Amino acid sequence: MEGTKKYMNSYLAGVLLGIVILFSFYLTREGLGASGAFKRVGAEIVNVVAPSHTHAADTYSSKYFKDGKNPLKNRLVFMILGVFIGGFISGAIAGRLKLKVEHSPKITSKKRLVAALIGGALFGIGASFGRGCTSGAGLDGMAVLATSGFVVVAAIFGSGYIFAWLFRKLWI
Amino acid sequence: MGPLFTASDEWSFVLALVIGIFFGIILESAGFSSSRKLAGVFYGYDFVVLRVFFMAALTAAVGLAFFDYFQLIDINEIYTNSFFVGPAIVGGIIMGLGFIIGGFCPGTSACAAAIGKIDAMVFIGGVILGAIIFDLGYPLYDEFLVSGAKGPQMLYDVLGISREVFIFLFVVFAIAVFYATAYIQKKVSAKTKKY
Repeated sequence: MEGTKKYMNSYLAGVLLGIVILFSFYLTREGLGASGAFKRVGAEIVNVVAPSHTHAADTYSSKYFKDGKNPLKNRLVFMILGVFIGGFISGAIAGRLKLKVEHSPKITSKKRLVAALIGGALFGIGASFGRGCTSGAGLDGMAVLATSGFVVVAAIFGSGYIFAWLFRKLWI
Repeated sequence: MGPLFTASDEWSFVLALVIGIFFGIILESAGFSSSRKLAGVFYGYDFVVLRVFFMAALTAAVGLAFFDYFQLIDINEIYTNSFFVGPAIVGGIIMGLGFIIGGFCPGTSACAAAIGKIDAMVFIGGVILGAIIFDLGYPLYDEFLVSGAKGPQMLYDVLGISREVFIFLFVVFAIAVFYATAYIQKKVSAKTKKY
């Protein structure tokens, strides 16, 4: 285990996270979300490169720009900024701030980075199909007892377990 | 009575930032800034993801039920994800594959990048790239994306039981999962060395 301080008890962390979700719903009507912010950054990048694409009537990203809207002026973008700040605060307190590539000793840093890029891209595509990621579709959906939440979570973990064997060399 | 603000309210931006900070602190403190810890759930050596995840969903679900009972929140007013059968399953499968290859999900990658994990920063670049790829390929699956629309469907309605009974069963199920994963982790860590 790295760092100078031990990690929080996972059940306690779960209860605290649940309370944060509860208050998110109570205060803002909506729960947590992470992929939404990255999708919006992606849409903004496309907009800079090809504004005709994002302002066409029938493209996917056009919904972010409808009626002169700015995709980055959204609560999910503020939330992910908060996650960066919160992660930094916790890491600083626990003495875990360190610039590095974390990987299994059996693979190289380069291999880990290529896998991270591919995995991230798959997550970006999957979260677009699933209308949210582990947080926005899974966690929020389960918290409000929506069928979609349970189905997405079952699909994510089910698929993870099925493909785990193929990619075991990346981790163990 | 809650919810107090809507997503379009400017106050919700400030609140989202504060909620995000707590979200980030909890994820990082629980160890979600380490991809090797996260991947552990798929190999049986570390179930922290599953524990935090189910415990959080459970706490929020029970909390919402109490808020509803004490009339602190109008449960019909809160946002409920619509269910699109095919896209939810396909999206979940692709995300699972992304999880096992990339070692993060979007939220955990943000808190890992914040403490200096370069692999997490690259993962975030990947998520943005994936979103752009999805956008460009949209004509190929625009119809699929809205197929199997069930609306904001509740799982307890599908099962034909009351909200309260469902929550009770959810709690029982989660406790069973906690016991089972604790047992498996003990067995697996007995034969694999600590990383």
